[in-house]
Amino acid sequence: MKHTISLFVTLAAFWLFNSGHYNLLILSLGLVSIAFIIFIADKMDVVDQESQPLYLSRNIFGYYFWLIKEIIKANSTVVKHIWLGKKSISPALRRINISQETDMGKVIYANSITLTPGTVAIDLVEDEILVHALIAKDIDSLENGEMDRRVTLLEI
Amino acid sequence: MEILLSITSGLFLFIGSFLCISGGVGIIRFPDFYTRMHAAGVTDTLGSAMILTGLMFQSGDLLVFAKLVMVLLLILLVGPTTSHVLAKAAFHNGLLPQGLNTLSKSDDKEDTSSNT
Amino acid sequence: MLIAATLAIFVAMLLAIFRGIAGPTLYDRILAVNMFGTKTVLLISLLGFVMGRPEFLDIAIVYALINFISVIGVLRYSDTDQFKHRQSNDKPTEKEL
Repeated sequence: MKHTISLFVTLAAFWLFNSGHYNLLILSLGLVSIAFIIFIADKMDVVDQESQPLYLSRNIFGYYFWLIKEIIKANSTVVKHIWLGKKSISPALRRINISQETDMGKVIYANSITLTPGTVAIDLVEDEILVHALIAKDIDSLENGEMDRRVTLLEI
Repeated sequence: MEILLSITSGLFLFIGSFLCISGGVGIIRFPDFYTRMHAAGVTDTLGSAMILTGLMFQSGDLLVFAKLVMVLLLILLVGPTTSHVLAKAAFHNGLLPQGLNTLSKSDDKEDTSSNT
Repeated sequence: MLIAATLAIFVAMLLAIFRGIAGPTLYDRILAVNMFGTKTVLLISLLGFVMGRPEFLDIAIVYALINFISVIGVLRYSDTDQFKHRQSNDKPTEKEL
């Protein structure tokens, strides 16, 4: 039930911010289309914890702040190496272990690795991620496990 | 207040422009596909975030602000998915990264043999 | 400053086009096309502000979605033989793009 409500709130906010016209006809059309979408999603059996991960919302905002800080740091490193030229980079490809249990945690971790420039997650098999990095030091700091620990905290 | 807003917005736009041009230069300069992907990542994440944040300071309207936030969220959610799919397709079709360190090169050979 | 940022985006798009034309492998070209699409979204938003018509942002949202779908759609066929990376011949794949 709470997943259906969350889906309704998301869709309603999306409609209200996109339309900009608030008369009765448009609003009722919006309500009808939201109801239609919820009906279809219910038929497809996708309204569940996976599509509406409400349990994440306790800790996710702190994680976002930390991730933004990391993205800014990684960006400045990559931009520095772009202007220094191809002599200064040392590409590396390595498998790293991850400690998440759930699929959601693994996907969040892999996406965070890809979102920070300088490291790209190429493949995710069982509990290992294949990472390509622009600078070999970046993989070492991933193996140190700061990001891994923070993502694991999210999934409890 | 007005002046302060426009100065902040101009600063954000300037940093964003610099990052986008840097990413463009990187995509030309770097030696192989995987390293170029990191350069494209710069423009996809912080470059577009800075430019859209700069525009947010000038929006002055809740609807415009919300739409800018929507574009930003869309780019940030879609970007990693696209680059991961691209990297995975390239790796599985046999395009190997060049110029790896000697230490990780042995790793890499094991990886490909076990993978394909 | 808005016009300067628009010009900077133009330069970045030009560099991406260069990589798309020169790119030795198919994947370089797809990367360049993807970057070009992201830059187009930014360009549309900036032009909306330059011309004083923020309605352009709707088009920007739609363009971001189309860009995502098209790149994923091309890569959907990456299991097929034409996507195999060969060392020798450089352009087996111009038909796809």
